[in-house]
Amino acid sequence: MTDPSAILPLEVRGLALAFGGRAALAGLSFDLGREGLTVVLGANGAGKSVLLRVLHGLLRADRGRIRWNGRPPGAAVWRRQAMVFQKPVLLRRSVAANIDFALAARGLPRRARRRRLEAVLEGCGLGPLARRPARRLSGGEQQRVALARALALEPEILLLDEPTASLDPAATRAIESLLRDSRAAGTRILLVTHDVAQARRLAEEVIFLERGRVVEQGPAAAFFAAPRSAAARAYVEGRLPP
Amino acid sequence: MIRLLVLLSLLLAAPAAGAAEDFIILQSTTSTRNSGLFDHLLPKFTAATGIEVRVVAVGTGQALKNARNGDGDALLVHAMERELAFVAAGHGVLRCDVMYNDFVIVGPAGDPAGIAGGRDAVAAFARIAATASPFVSRGDDSGTHTKERALWRLAGIDPTRAGRWYREAGAGMGATLNMAAAMEAYTLTDRASWIAFANKRDLQLLVEGDPRLFNQYGIILVNPARHPRVNFAAAKAFRDWLVGPEGQAAIAAFRVDGQQLFFPDADCG
Amino acid sequence: MEDLGAAFALALDLVLGGDPELVAIVGLSLAVSLSAVAIACLLGMPLGALLASVPFPGRPAAVVLLDALMGLPPVVVGLFVYILLSGAGPLGALRLLYTPQAMVLAQAILVTPIVAALSRELLAGLQEEYAEQLRSLGIGPWRAIPTLLWEGRFGLATAALAGFGRAIAEVGAVMIVGGNIKGVTRVMTTAIALETSKGEIALALALGLVLLALALLVTGSVAVLRGTAARLAHD
Repeated sequence: MTDPSAILPLEVRGLALAFGGRAALAGLSFDLGREGLTVVLGANGAGKSVLLRVLHGLLRADRGRIRWNGRPPGAAVWRRQAMVFQKPVLLRRSVAANIDFALAARGLPRRARRRRLEAVLEGCGLGPLARRPARRLSGGEQQRVALARALALEPEILLLDEPTASLDPAATRAIESLLRDSRAAGTRILLVTHDVAQARRLAEEVIFLERGRVVEQGPAAAFFAAPRSAAARAYVEGRLPP
Repeated sequence: MIRLLVLLSLLLAAPAAGAAEDFIILQSTTSTRNSGLFDHLLPKFTAATGIEVRVVAVGTGQALKNARNGDGDALLVHAMERELAFVAAGHGVLRCDVMYNDFVIVGPAGDPAGIAGGRDAVAAFARIAATASPFVSRGDDSGTHTKERALWRLAGIDPTRAGRWYREAGAGMGATLNMAAAMEAYTLTDRASWIAFANKRDLQLLVEGDPRLFNQYGIILVNPARHPRVNFAAAKAFRDWLVGPEGQAAIAAFRVDGQQLFFPDADCG
Repeated sequence: MEDLGAAFALALDLVLGGDPELVAIVGLSLAVSLSAVAIACLLGMPLGALLASVPFPGRPAAVVLLDALMGLPPVVVGLFVYILLSGAGPLGALRLLYTPQAMVLAQAILVTPIVAALSRELLAGLQEEYAEQLRSLGIGPWRAIPTLLWEGRFGLATAALAGFGRAIAEVGAVMIVGGNIKGVTRVMTTAIALETSKGEIALALALGLVLLALALLVTGSVAVLRGTAARLAHD
């Protein structure tokens, strides 16, 4: 059964974007299937975060072609995505109100909002924190709220930009476990990280970026067993690039 | 909080400002208000007629300008020639003399120009200029300023070019007296403002009694033919009361520290 | 120095005595300035949010202009409103000159740029923090305006207070358009100017102290309200 409004699979060809003469994306191409958890790896400045922002419509590419299930990007596409940023940006209100705000922004009727809110609070273990001021929570709890807010939107694809980069191991574990659950529930996940260990734990597929290009894409097991490019090899082995 | 503010602004936006239905705006001078004359007169008039008089006290020049714009129903000012010109130009009607007092020259007790006790105002001004003693002028185109300029003209002196001893305050009578007291300077003031002024410090009355220091107050009604929105009937009622026996008696009865400040001399001829 | 001592004694006397004329003057001061600030907030805060959130050509120039308008001299505003409301002016038919409404109008014009500029400053910071997240949720620059205003509400109270401080303390504008008419348009500042011109220095100072106490009272209650609200409303 195929939903005609579905936005996957994704096809990206020759994506390029420069900031003040410096190329962040330099003719980047790849495809993304309907299912799975793909991790985007690469050194700082390889273009990982910029790629996510272009896919999510926060930045415009200078050149290149993006096709979501054959359609060009636009508001209808971005509505079926959700994104979690490295630093959670929560509003000055309660946890529940933060999530409800996102649902209201999508124009959901009140009853549907309440149902989804309760489900996501429960699913993310945030029930006891629901009425707490979101901004007074710990960093890990805040990121969990941001993730819950994104999941409440029931996106077809979830984009995450180094969501655990500033979290301690316990908080990281909680986020990773939520990601596994959503993957199991059928959400497509595209996770940017520079934490190789995290990539090993979560990835089914890896896309490796270097200087704004995709240098490798393939199943995670194969990638970690034998990276084909010198840059990926160095990165996976934890060596400093030459 | 916000709701409270909105409520407040709605209250103010409502047309009700003040209890009196019938009121006039009287453009007048600081000397008459600061002396307390209006606090003495106006309640009597309001009690007799039910008309409230709202006084805007500015210099005579400003009062004439405001009235020319139609901002006010009547004027009570003291610069006779300018008042007559105002009427002649069609801005005002039904002018009457109301009352008079006089101007006096005040200055520091030390009296560096040596004018104390004199009766000749023009000679005193000449001495002040000759000794370059500090003098504070209203400098605000008021009735007092008009009189002061006339006296300098009679003395054959243009003080605005004479030097640093001549200071133009650009302020009302009270502010000018405050400055003169602080600077130990001479100044010209109407007697009512002088007597009622509470911050005299070292200032003393030095010259009085020159007929040229005569200070006539007149009332003029703003011409309703030119400004149809004025409350002419109420303004005329005020004028008639002021120049009538009740108003004239009330003016004569007004005292500050036992002294009479204004002398009724109604004349509508 | 003796004036200062006398002023404190007088101020205490005035406040404790509950002189009805003083009460009326204080009441009018508060009503006029609070109304002006309310209008300034209703206009200035959304304007500040708009300038913070919505990019358009000429926005940097608009921001500079707004910042410059913060220094608008009250006398100039007073003259402008006088010309507007004067019998010979375009709005003369409203007969608003020398009324509290005219004073509210003048102070609102004086204070709106202050509230707008301070709001913009504050909300531009918030906008920078929220912009990506809001766009990710499908909220564009225009729809972000109410969100920014609500998120910035505690900081915006400070902008409102700054406006109130300016309004309650200014004398130039209300003197010209109000006329300092006893019992009708006399407020604290014009009463102080009047007593000074009468040479009643101690009384003028005493009124100044009452004005200061009033400003403290308003600022203090806003601080308390804000603290309570912040605790209750999930800062």
